[in-house]
Amino acid sequence: MAVDPLAEIKVTFFQECEEQLAELESGLLAMEGGDTDGETINAVFRAVHSIKGGAGAFGLEDLIRFAHVFETALDEMRSGRLAPDPETLKVMLRAADVLADLVRAGRDGSAVDEALAQSLGDALRGLCGGDGDEGGEDDSGDFDFQPVAATEPKAPGAWRIRFRPRGDLYARGNEAGLLLRELARLGPCEVELDVSELPPLADLDPEGAYLAWTVILTAEVEQAAIAQVFEFVDGDCELEIGPVDGEAAGEPEPAMDVSALLARIQSDSPAAAEAVCEPAAAPDAAPVETATRAEPPGSQGAANSNATGATIRVDLDRVDRLIDLVGELVINQAMLSQRVMEAGLARASSVAMGLDELEQLTREIQDSVMAIRAQPVKSVFQRMPRLAREVAALTGKPVRLVTEGETTEVDKTVIERLADPLTHMIRNAIDHGLESPEARAAAGKPAEGVVRLSAAHRSGRIVIEVSDDGGGIDRTRVRAIAIERGVIAPDAVLSDEETDNLIFMPGFSTASTVSDISGRGVGMDVVRRSIQTLGGRISISSRPGQGSTFTMSLPLTLAVLDGMVVTAEGQTLVAPLTAVVETLQPRPDDIQGLGAGGRVMAIRGVYTPVIDVGVALGYRDRPREQASVALLVEGEDGTQAALMVDQILGQRQVVIKSLEANYRQVPGVAAATILGDGRVALILDIDTIVAASRGAEPVRSERLQAAAG
Amino acid sequence: MSMTILTVDDSRTMREMLRLALTGAGFRVVQAEDGLHGLEVLAEEARTPDVIVTDINMPRLDGFGFIEEVRGDGRYRGVPILVLTTESDAEKKTRARMAGATGWIVKPFNPDQLVGAIRRVAA
Repeated sequence: MAVDPLAEIKVTFFQECEEQLAELESGLLAMEGGDTDGETINAVFRAVHSIKGGAGAFGLEDLIRFAHVFETALDEMRSGRLAPDPETLKVMLRAADVLADLVRAGRDGSAVDEALAQSLGDALRGLCGGDGDEGGEDDSGDFDFQPVAATEPKAPGAWRIRFRPRGDLYARGNEAGLLLRELARLGPCEVELDVSELPPLADLDPEGAYLAWTVILTAEVEQAAIAQVFEFVDGDCELEIGPVDGEAAGEPEPAMDVSALLARIQSDSPAAAEAVCEPAAAPDAAPVETATRAEPPGSQGAANSNATGATIRVDLDRVDRLIDLVGELVINQAMLSQRVMEAGLARASSVAMGLDELEQLTREIQDSVMAIRAQPVKSVFQRMPRLAREVAALTGKPVRLVTEGETTEVDKTVIERLADPLTHMIRNAIDHGLESPEARAAAGKPAEGVVRLSAAHRSGRIVIEVSDDGGGIDRTRVRAIAIERGVIAPDAVLSDEETDNLIFMPGFSTASTVSDISGRGVGMDVVRRSIQTLGGRISISSRPGQGSTFTMSLPLTLAVLDGMVVTAEGQTLVAPLTAVVETLQPRPDDIQGLGAGGRVMAIRGVYTPVIDVGVALGYRDRPREQASVALLVEGEDGTQAALMVDQILGQRQVVIKSLEANYRQVPGVAAATILGDGRVALILDIDTIVAASRGAEPVRSERLQAAAG
Repeated sequence: MSMTILTVDDSRTMREMLRLALTGAGFRVVQAEDGLHGLEVLAEEARTPDVIVTDINMPRLDGFGFIEEVRGDGRYRGVPILVLTTESDAEKKTRARMAGATGWIVKPFNPDQLVGAIRRVAA
C-alpha cells in the first residue's frame, strides 16, 4: 500500500471542490431568483471558504488568491454591506465559473483564461469598495500572529520570564504547567514559584488564579520564540519577558526542578488550588486511565455516517465488479433453467417452481445493483447554466435556462456521455433556436429567451428534452441548404417532419456562418450519433414562431438489454428489442430485386430495403433463397429495413458484455452476450447494419420514391 | 497512552488532513462534521477527548457556538479547544477566545505545527 496519503486527500479535495462549486452556483442562482435566506449566503460563503482552505493546504496559489478575493466580497455581502442585486450576482456567478476553472487548473493543469480571472478579480474587488485586499498572503502564515516586541539583533544568552496567569487562562483550558514545559523545550529553565498571593484556604476561590512564576531560561533564542509559547494566553496573564542582565543572573534563587514542578501541577486541578505542596507524582503516572481503553469498534464510522445521512462512498470499480457478477448470476440462472427444462421436469415440479423464484430474485438483485449506479442527472444539468451564461454573453441574447427533473436517475455512464450532446444542444438552442432580441420584440415576445432542459422517466427509459421558445426551424432555409449541399434531390417531396429531421444529416448546419459557438465542426449528426451509441434516439418537433423541442430517449442502463434472439447461418444473434418494429414471414414473391444485388420488400405498400444478416456479417456470400423470417427494424433516424434471418428463437433479457474490451470492435456488432446455453451471441448494431446497406444514399424517402415511381 | 483528539470540520479534505496528521503523531482521532455533530460525538464518546480541534465556519452550528456549548457543559469546561481556521485576523480569534477557545491553528497547517499546538495545550 504505497499510496501517498496526501495524494489521496488531494483527490478528496478536488471531489469536494466539485460539490462546493455546485453548491456555490446553486446558491448564487437561488439568490438571483430572490432567495434572501441568510443560510443561503452562508452556504455560498462556506463553499468558497472551504475551497480556499483546501487550496492552501496544497499550495495552489492562483486558486487561493482568487478564492480570497471572492470570499472577501461574499463576506461583505454576508454582513449586509453589499447588496445582492442582479448586477452583483452576475459578477459573482461569473466569478464562480472562474473559480471552477481554477480548481480544474489545479487538478488537471489545464490552462486558465488569465485575463478573465484578472478582470473578475478586479470586479470582485470593485464590489468591496476597491480597497485592494490583495491575495491570501495573510492567511498563509504560521503562528506569528501577534506583533512581537522588537527583537534584539543578537539574542542574549538568558531570559527572565515573569508569568502570572489570571483566572481566564484556566477557564479557556490553558495550563500554566504546559506553558512552562514548552519553555523548558527552549532550553534549561530555573523556575521559581511565587505563592505570595495565595489566600488562606477559607478565602480561596477554587477557580481563582493565585500563583505566579519566574523563569530563568538559559538559551540563545529570540524573544519571539518565547512570546510564541505564551501566544494563546496573551491577555489572560501578566507576562514580562526580558533579558537577564548581570545583576539578575547573579542572584540565584531557590529554583525548583522543572520536572518536579510539572509533576505537581499536573497532579492538581487547573485552578491551582493547592496551598501546600502535595506529594509530587511522577510525570508519567499523573494522567489517568488512557490508552488501554479499547476504542468502541466502528464508533467513528457510525459518528460520521450520522451526519452524512445514509450515504456511503464506494469505489466505482467495486460496483462495476458487483454488476459484472450479478450479470454472471443472471446468465448462470438462465443456464440452469434451460438445463431443467431439457431434463424434462414438469413446470409445476418443485424444482421448476424454485427456479422461478430464483429467477425473480435474480432480477430483483439485478435491478437493485443497477440502481446503485444510477445517479440523478443533476450532475450534468448543473453544468448547463454556466454554458448558457457564456453563450448568452457571446451571442448577446438574454437567456433564461429552466431545468426540470434534475433528480431523475439514470446510469452513471449514460450521465457521463450525456454531457457533450447536451452541451451542444443547449448551445444550438441559444445560438440557432432563439431569435435576436430585436426579432423577438418584433414578434411580440419578451426579450429574454427561455431554454428549457428537462428529464423524466417514461416507460423504462429516460426522456430528456431541450426546448426553446425561439422561431422554430426555418424549413424553407433548411430545405434550401439541404439541396445546396446535395443532401436531398431538388425535387424531393418531404413532410415537415422529414424536413426538420434533415438537420441530423451529416455535415448539415443551418448557421450561415460557422460561429465559434455552435460551429465547432460538429453538427446535430454527431449529437445523434452519440445518443445512438448510448442506445438512445433523438427526435425534433418544431413549430414556426413558437420554438423547437429536441427529445432524447435513452435506456436507463447499458448493462442489460431486451433482445430478440435470432439465428443466421447457424450463428445466434441478438437484435435489440428497441429497434425491432415487428416480425414478418415474407412470401418469396414479396421480395423483389432492385439494381445489382439490391432487394426490396413491399410491406403494406411501402418498399423497404432487405438486408440479409448472414451476408451483412459475412457468414455467407449470397442471400438465402428459401423463405426465411424477417425483422422489420427501425434505425434511430427512423429508417426502416427488413433484416432477413433464418430463425427467431425468442425474446429475452441479455447481459451486455463489451466486445471491444474483450476482443475488438467489429462493424455491425454492438456488443456480445452469453446465453442460457452458455454460448456467446453477438448483439447486432442495427444502425450500422442498416447504414452500411444503404451505402452512400442518406435519405430513404428519395430512393424509395424513385423505386416506387 | 495516546491522547484522543476530537476534530470538528465540515470539509472532508480538512478532516482527512487532520486525521492523517494526528494519527501520524500517534493520537487517537474522532471526527465530527459540524458543531451539532461535534456535540453528539462528544456525548457518545465514553471518555472526554484530551483536545478538541474545531473549524469556525460550519453549517448548522458554527465553531463559536460549538465552543460556547462545550464550555457551558460542566463536564467539558476544562477541555482545551483549538480553533482551526483560515482567518488570521484578530477579530475572529478574539471572538473565539471570548467563546472560550484555548488557542488556534492557522490553516494551512503542517503536521508539526498542529502537533506543536496540541502539545502546548494538553499533557
